[in-house]
Amino acid sequence: MEKQLLRLTVNGQEYELYINPKTLLVEAIRDHIGLTGTKRGCDTVSCGACTVMIDGASVKSCSVLAMQAEGTKITTVEGLEKNGKLAPIQKAFIDHGAFQCGFCTSGMIMTAQAFLDENKNPTDWEIREGIEGNICRCTGYNSIVRAIDATAKGKYEEDRS
Amino acid sequence: MNKYTVINPHSEFKVINTHVHNVDGVAKVTGRATYTFDVKLPNMLYGKILRSPHPHAKILKIDYSRALELPGVVGVVTGKEDTLGIKQGIWRRYKDLCDEQILPVDKVRYIGEPVAAVAAITEEIAEKALDYIDVDYEVLPAVFEPMDAIKKDAPEIHEGFERNINITRHIEWGDVEAAFEEADYIREDWFKCGGQAHMCMETRVAVSSYTDGKLTIYHSNQSPYYLQALMAGVLDMREGDVRVISTYTGGGFGGKFELDGAIFCSAVLSRKLHKPVKIVYTREEDFIASKRRTPMLYYVRTGVKKDGTFCAREAKVFTNGGAYTGMGATAIYLTGFFHSFPYRWKGYRYDGYRVYTNTLPSTSMRGFGAPQAMFTSEQQIEWIAADLGLDPIEMRRKNSHYEGYEVPGQATIASCGIDQCYDEIQKWIKDKGKLPANRAIGISACGFMTGGIFNWFDTPYSFSSAVVTINYDGTVELRVGCQELGQGSNTTMAIIAAETLGVKIEDIKVYSGDTDQCPADLGAWGSRQTLMTGNAVKMACEDAKKQLLEFAYAEMGINIVYDLDIKDRWAHIVARPERGMKYEDLVKKALRAKDGQRIMGRGYYTPHRKGMISPAYSYMLQGVEVEIDEETGKIKLIDSLTAHDCGQPINHLGLIGQLEGAFSMAAGYGYLEYMPFEDGKLMNPNLVDYKMIRATEMPPTAVAEIDTYEPEGPYGAKEAGEGLTNPTAAAIGNAIFHRFGIQMKENPIKPEMILKALKEKKEKEQEKKKGKK
Repeated sequence: MEKQLLRLTVNGQEYELYINPKTLLVEAIRDHIGLTGTKRGCDTVSCGACTVMIDGASVKSCSVLAMQAEGTKITTVEGLEKNGKLAPIQKAFIDHGAFQCGFCTSGMIMTAQAFLDENKNPTDWEIREGIEGNICRCTGYNSIVRAIDATAKGKYEEDRS
Repeated sequence: MNKYTVINPHSEFKVINTHVHNVDGVAKVTGRATYTFDVKLPNMLYGKILRSPHPHAKILKIDYSRALELPGVVGVVTGKEDTLGIKQGIWRRYKDLCDEQILPVDKVRYIGEPVAAVAAITEEIAEKALDYIDVDYEVLPAVFEPMDAIKKDAPEIHEGFERNINITRHIEWGDVEAAFEEADYIREDWFKCGGQAHMCMETRVAVSSYTDGKLTIYHSNQSPYYLQALMAGVLDMREGDVRVISTYTGGGFGGKFELDGAIFCSAVLSRKLHKPVKIVYTREEDFIASKRRTPMLYYVRTGVKKDGTFCAREAKVFTNGGAYTGMGATAIYLTGFFHSFPYRWKGYRYDGYRVYTNTLPSTSMRGFGAPQAMFTSEQQIEWIAADLGLDPIEMRRKNSHYEGYEVPGQATIASCGIDQCYDEIQKWIKDKGKLPANRAIGISACGFMTGGIFNWFDTPYSFSSAVVTINYDGTVELRVGCQELGQGSNTTMAIIAAETLGVKIEDIKVYSGDTDQCPADLGAWGSRQTLMTGNAVKMACEDAKKQLLEFAYAEMGINIVYDLDIKDRWAHIVARPERGMKYEDLVKKALRAKDGQRIMGRGYYTPHRKGMISPAYSYMLQGVEVEIDEETGKIKLIDSLTAHDCGQPINHLGLIGQLEGAFSMAAGYGYLEYMPFEDGKLMNPNLVDYKMIRATEMPPTAVAEIDTYEPEGPYGAKEAGEGLTNPTAAAIGNAIFHRFGIQMKENPIKPEMILKALKEKKEKEQEKKKGKK
């Protein structure tokens, strides 16, 4: 298939790519742009390791073509830090030990961030449903739920300007 | 939400068991942590592996000329043309157990086994090229189940193994027959335990680069040293000319310390083509061609007295070993040993038969044979208590190990907190009061090892080593060969180093996961690192600290009868803590006095005089509250308590994470994770059909940590996080037993099994009624 020009906005930067239109967004992000924080754990849109935010919503980046994301604002895990300061959800993950091997963590954090942006006072069950699409083989999820809960309660807010 | 209680806490520590953040945390939450999956080298090619579609076949001819004609294809390797055909295995000491060629020369033994590998300028082209490799096979009759494979007329999978029996293991103590004679009640049952996929989030992946006779490999694994040695062996290189780097590993769980297709094929391709080659397994490849937990058929016969005193046990196990030995040789031994745990048997006999079949090889997986052992043992014990009308917890308690107990001829138990585990579980059950009608509680006990004493790998090195270097500014470089997989070993070692040296956690920089930079260490398996590498780290830091304190005596002019110590970066007289000097100043002076040499400490550990199995044993009880839908047979986990003795906890956050994580994997093994094969083909090699615990299935996980002191462990520490994979499947089974009175003899316990058992029970009851009429 003929390659095409594509402009993607990732973490506030505009990238110009010349790619096969069949390229998945996760491939564009990892292989073409070189942001390897976003991972891949399956080929069946089942694990959530590749989750990014598109216009604020969490999306498994293996489930959309890069072309479909043109004109949107994409945020990957690399885009959460501001001025060298971690986002509250990142601090919460560290403080609660909400990761082990870390391979699902980028996707899990992006799902959590998008969830928290939409749900200000989530219940335990709502948090669990919110991250149900993300597999973590290491933690058993409860530390992740605790981290998201604490973030929702504002525990890790600080001025990052 | 999740309760954490500590029984007998120790509080003399500054760093140990405090709220220390994972030292790799920032790298992992920002996406900066670079896994092998993320490695890209200049001029790198991408490899793909052609896999056998047959469970058993001779390779007659491989013709890859058409593949080479594809634009972008750089080269192809086969077993016959490009390897030395060396049969390898991780049980290096025993030649007959080295039975696997990663690229077989003349015969394939399972569906998915590598046959050839191709490298191209893109992964897509490499994938396409696989279709252009023509292989002529002579298909052979195949056999998939151990009880079929041991039949006289079964196909021969490996030459010279009669009835396809790969290994047998025998464990025995006491006069078993006499002990059975003493029993008032004997029960026997057959069980069927399933396999389980490691399902690491990072699939098997390697990047190999061969230049100037040296091989550098990035590889996602659990033991860089093992992989270095194994690769050197199959390529006929010196170990020192092979460097294995695995800075971050995306999960292991027992599945990543043998040679896999990714590491072997990428290295062989790189050596042939003189360019770096990367091979990433797809999720499907990872399912069908990595390895799995060993499926087992378990026969258990147990004799007890009327009052519940355990007398004798006999077990026979037939395992589905799959096509090759791998770590299966260890699993068949450990299942037999831990089947006796945590109880005292006057007579105990175990016979294990590991049987080759034409299926995916089985190997070590978290728990290492013990989850199967506990699924069978702990359910049968529950049924025996019911048969005799005894309290199942009290019956367990009176037969359990205790501090100082000797497992005859096998092990001495130096620390054991199981008695208090029973107390905690009893309290938990009592506090719950009456449960809703559709719920029941199940419990299961277990004990586990803290590292293995065996040296089947035949390493000439100490099992663990550590080197610590103190810089002029007081920062500390700690070099260890233990492997961080997410279990937190880097953090645990940093904690032990900081505690021992008397500095802050942020003073320690841990270097691991690189055979060029770190001392040899057997790596992450069998729950060995906290104790073994931990002891080496403690020794290295004590060595360095002693050198510092020698200078402190001289510098401060202290009477040599006083004890000196360093805590919180303050070197001081123990009896008069206000008299001392800053650690940073002490380091500077000591370094100057040593003619500018940095302060270095060395430590090592190899277990001695600790019996045959392990230097120390952890103990635990798992309680689960389970809801079962009578109409659908569906299981829901409502609540749980883990009562746990890991000696002195070191890494507090890491410990909780390990327990919760082990619980989720163990629960998956109990009722969700299922590997169905048809004619040797795995039917669910993807994450849609292979079900695991997700966030909504995970119950609250309360922990009662019983702090004991293990004399062999660093600061009293022993195993945590692997042992807890063992009890949960039985605990779920026991809950179902208490809910319905049905006995689940196969795992994972699927809804249809529960419904079938309920139906059979109903039919039996009706027959009984009829009989009475």
